[in-house]
Amino acid sequence: MAAQDNYNLQQNEGGSVQAETAWKDSPFHVSGLTVAYHHKPVLWNVTYTAPKGELIGIIGPNGAGKSTFLKAALGLIPKLSGETTVFGKPVRKMMDKVAYVPQRNAVDWDFPATAVDVVMMGLYAKVGWFRWLGRRQRQEALKSLEAVGMTAFADRQIGQLSGGQQQRVFLARALAQDADVYLMDEPFAGVDAATEKAIIEVLRTLVKRGKTILVVHHDLESVTQYYSHVLLINGQHIASGPTAEAFTAENLQKAYGGRLASTQLEGLQSSAKEQE
Amino acid sequence: MEIFWQFDFPSILLGTLAALVCGLLGNFLVLRRQALMGDAISHVVLPGIVVGFLLSGGASALAMMLGAGVSAIFAVVLIEVIRRVGNVESGAAMGVVFTTMFAAGVVILEQTGTAGVHLDVEHALYGNLESAVWLEATGIESLFDPAALGALPHDIGVLAVVTVLVVGFILALFKELKLASFDALLAQSLGFSPRFLGFALIVMVAIASVAAFSAVGSILVIAMFICPAATARMLTDNMATQIKLSAVFAVLSGVLGYLLGAFGPLMFGSYMSVSAAGMIAVVAGFFQLIAMLFAPQYGVIPRRWRQKNDLSNGAASDDIPSVAL
Repeated sequence: MAAQDNYNLQQNEGGSVQAETAWKDSPFHVSGLTVAYHHKPVLWNVTYTAPKGELIGIIGPNGAGKSTFLKAALGLIPKLSGETTVFGKPVRKMMDKVAYVPQRNAVDWDFPATAVDVVMMGLYAKVGWFRWLGRRQRQEALKSLEAVGMTAFADRQIGQLSGGQQQRVFLARALAQDADVYLMDEPFAGVDAATEKAIIEVLRTLVKRGKTILVVHHDLESVTQYYSHVLLINGQHIASGPTAEAFTAENLQKAYGGRLASTQLEGLQSSAKEQE
Repeated sequence: MEIFWQFDFPSILLGTLAALVCGLLGNFLVLRRQALMGDAISHVVLPGIVVGFLLSGGASALAMMLGAGVSAIFAVVLIEVIRRVGNVESGAAMGVVFTTMFAAGVVILEQTGTAGVHLDVEHALYGNLESAVWLEATGIESLFDPAALGALPHDIGVLAVVTVLVVGFILALFKELKLASFDALLAQSLGFSPRFLGFALIVMVAIASVAAFSAVGSILVIAMFICPAATARMLTDNMATQIKLSAVFAVLSGVLGYLLGAFGPLMFGSYMSVSAAGMIAVVAGFFQLIAMLFAPQYGVIPRRWRQKNDLSNGAASDDIPSVAL
């Protein structure tokens, strides 16, 4: 309903039919998302339309609500208002098209499961309620592990993997879900350089296949190198668009306030210019 | 031998089934870090059992079971409400709810004169395992005699049904429970509501603890929700294997615990036997201790041994040697 309202709003503002096609074709469209924890607003009226087939960085300072944005948009945590659509349909009906990768510390790594067990969880929805998984699903999961270079660790208990390896297992699980939209919460947090490179390679391959990927990202230095689009948030929508246009010193200043030194900003800007 | 079938066998069966149902469900409680939930549920059912007892005017098993079920669900909701409204961690919320409700149960028990009948506080703690008798039994052949089987204590029939229910529940929802226990957010995003699964699990825990409670008391119920699962966890990294192992430990505890309780003191020249339920819990705890010390991968002693070897070999092991549990 809210999506509909928002659509009307967009039409009134823009007065064009383009606004309609934009959100209906978007693999991930969020409108008017407001979230509060214990009466303290975390996100305020965030609207964002993700372009298809792009690698999108979600940027903002600590506590800006980046992770909350993903979780609330998917309906995984309660929200006060807002609607999410995937290709124009409500997200709850399109969950099989969406793969969500939580932060690594969101799960208990002492759990009695091996790497391939965890990847197979990505196939549960396809198998459905009550049914057990068999050899075919295991093969499928092994293929996903291979794609992230983790074949050798398939039968290792997950707690015995390094942080980078655990993150790769999570990525393999998302691959197994075979979605159109991938939402990743800080996949590069606490991983080694080799893993970071491996993950970004996999994400680029996915984008080439027309998938849309949104990544909560912390390291400002690598933004221009990794992402074709960015979404800057700090409690609210600050800016979004192609990295070259939206990832500007002005917008960063708005998002980070005084937390970013001006020398840092200059450095980032010059690296952005180089990318162009 | 006839005496064994008439007096010991029904008690062993009752204790073992109680250990088994609680032990199986305990796997999920332990993995979800909700081990205390078994404790909480087994306590909160007391006021329900007493009220069911009073309302039905006697020992109607069904009324007591219903009362227990209602108070279990009430407690689960109350814990959730306190956790959210009071903004406290779930362990604290459980602690508040189960002590209060158990105390309320004891107060009702003493104030209404039910104390002297069949329900008393000691019974609530240790159960009444030894009182199970099967007078129709003449020997092993009675196991195949429908008429004799029909005369088995009522509690055994109830627990047998609950055992089937629990095994069916785990077989049907193994993958869903595993997913929801490991990664609730993924479960939610895949359409396997972790809230529903968590609630279904607690309902099963409530049913199991109510069925086990009157036979073996709350101490054994609590021990069985934790010990077999925790022991099995030390021995495997595969969840299905863990569940099977926990069943083995639960059954072993039930049988060995009863035999030791009944005949152990005799070996030391005492004619008094000790509480079978208590002894079963002790045996379960003993298994846990052994596993913690000697489990090949996670046991303290093998780990020390490996570390020492690694050091003396001078080479760093390729495997990560120890895992924090």
